[in-house]
Amino acid sequence: MPPQPALALSPIDYVILGIYFLFVLGIGWALKRHMKGSADFFSSGRSIPGWVTGLAFLSANLGAQEVVGMAASGAKYGIMQSHFYWIGAIPAMVFLGLFMMPFYYGSKARSVPEYLRMRFDEKTRAFNALSFAFMTVLSSGISLYAMAKLLELLLHWNFDLSMAISAVIVLIYIVLGGLTSAIYNEVLQFFMIIFGFAPLAWLALRDVGGWGALKEKLVLVAADQHFAPGTWSESWRHLGSPADNPMGVEWFGLAMGLGFVLSFGYWCTDFLVIQRAMASNSMGAARRTPLIAAFPKMLFPFMVILPGMIAVALLRDHHGGFDLPQIDGNPNWNMVIPVMLGHYLPAGLLGLGFTALMAAFMSGMAGNVTAFNTVWTYDIYQSYLAPGKSDRHYLAMGRAATIVGVLISVLAAYYFRTNTNIMDLLQLVFAFVNAPLFATFLLGMFWKRTTGHGAFWGLLLGTLLAVIHHGLTIPEHASVGEAGGWLGVTIHTYPSPMAQNFWTAIVAWTGCMLITIAITLATPRKKTDAELTGLVYSLTPKPPEEDERWYQKPVVLGGIVLAVTVVLNLIFA
Amino acid sequence: MNFDLRLPLGLIFTLFGILLTGYGLVSDPAIYARSLGLNVNLGWGAVILVFGIWMLALALRARRRNPR
Repeated sequence: MPPQPALALSPIDYVILGIYFLFVLGIGWALKRHMKGSADFFSSGRSIPGWVTGLAFLSANLGAQEVVGMAASGAKYGIMQSHFYWIGAIPAMVFLGLFMMPFYYGSKARSVPEYLRMRFDEKTRAFNALSFAFMTVLSSGISLYAMAKLLELLLHWNFDLSMAISAVIVLIYIVLGGLTSAIYNEVLQFFMIIFGFAPLAWLALRDVGGWGALKEKLVLVAADQHFAPGTWSESWRHLGSPADNPMGVEWFGLAMGLGFVLSFGYWCTDFLVIQRAMASNSMGAARRTPLIAAFPKMLFPFMVILPGMIAVALLRDHHGGFDLPQIDGNPNWNMVIPVMLGHYLPAGLLGLGFTALMAAFMSGMAGNVTAFNTVWTYDIYQSYLAPGKSDRHYLAMGRAATIVGVLISVLAAYYFRTNTNIMDLLQLVFAFVNAPLFATFLLGMFWKRTTGHGAFWGLLLGTLLAVIHHGLTIPEHASVGEAGGWLGVTIHTYPSPMAQNFWTAIVAWTGCMLITIAITLATPRKKTDAELTGLVYSLTPKPPEEDERWYQKPVVLGGIVLAVTVVLNLIFA
Repeated sequence: MNFDLRLPLGLIFTLFGILLTGYGLVSDPAIYARSLGLNVNLGWGAVILVFGIWMLALALRARRRNPR
């Protein structure tokens, strides 16, 4: 393999990177004296204003793998990838803010698994807490591995050293300042990403000659791959049949699988993001958190997907000498953002863009670590291993869990380095666990009859159904194994891995829904109406009217968000 | 919590803004060939500087209204 192009950083770029690291650690240091008890450390003492939790809610989800991966997908699939933002996130975020947050925040649960214990029972909580803790700590390892790998490729930095430095920085600022420190740094990271990547997208679009010229070039890209002219620049018109678009999906699978099951399963139940909202200083702020996050979220495709679309157009005729390193005989699309940083940004802004990339990696890791230490300490340690200790004890455990969590991530990252396939397998397992979740929460929050047995078995069997569905189906042209079909019999062949993924989710969700309902009807209800007050829609009084201006009302914000999303979809239909 | 996030945000982006505009003024114009001939350090640095100062102003105003 030829040596990869290295990005050349100038002294000013290192100065910017250094200043950023100093501020990150400084924020942790400044927050140290506020960490008086476990509630400060794990839930910021429920004291943070909505705009801060909102931006952190967005950032915690926006790891660098996403930035890098979204640009890669923009090149491979064109503007259709925006559905991962528009129908794949916005409706779920609005639903969370308007309908679900009152129960999460109002129940005073300290974590999502704890909500499940209050609403259902101990075993449902244990299942969710254990699977969640396992997934977050390994996700953080994946993030760490991806960063060290990228730095090695780009700058020929030493793998061990870049991993050690970033792990130690994240460790220090979380041990010092807990969740608040993670949240504050996520907001800083949000602005770094905007300031670092917006000029990149703007310069690239200018270079390619604007949106009109880009569309014309993408017609050629589509023709090369035997698709209709607008396939790369129109998001809805080519979803009639899986054969019409490079994703290999049709509108129903996309809308149900991505837009409903996967999206609501993630945004409405994942403690990693919901923890940010739970740290808000009021019910109104908690409900506004995902709504505030939705505004930048719906515009992000222009910053992270557009560069990929431009890259595929530029690469076609090597416009301006633009080129990407090859991998297995194809362009390495994951290098779009890093290569474009070096291609368009001069010393100075390059430092800012590069720092934004590092910031995204580190906050992706920090988000996982803070969610892990909370679930470990409250839902596993305090619940099963050592109940009834002093608050100081749990605060110390939270710090210890942070250190252990980071250590496990580092070990995992080293393991991934020699076993890269295991990461794909893990992502698959995460998808299986995530798929049925929303059915459990939907029934739990909106049907008071739902029992703990119903929820637990629905969740467990729903996950199992996802596994079985994957084992019985396979995408076209894939070989039996990790791609599917490993149960020996193939009952259905999907046009693409993405279609298989969406339908796995649909099957798991539907199965979980039906099984939960059936078992609920067969088991006695254990929780009284009084016990369920604040946890279930029909038994919870409407949240009191807060002293909010019209533009702060969740209903108004949610309505605006949805309206703008519809307009965006119409413009780029 | 007695820690206004706008203060560190204001500080860091004011600092970045000064650094980038300053560098934009003194740097060799040749380095802007890759950014399509535009001195983006100067232009975008100014935008960042304005944002930083705005954050600082908000933080300081809040502190004056609500002294500890």
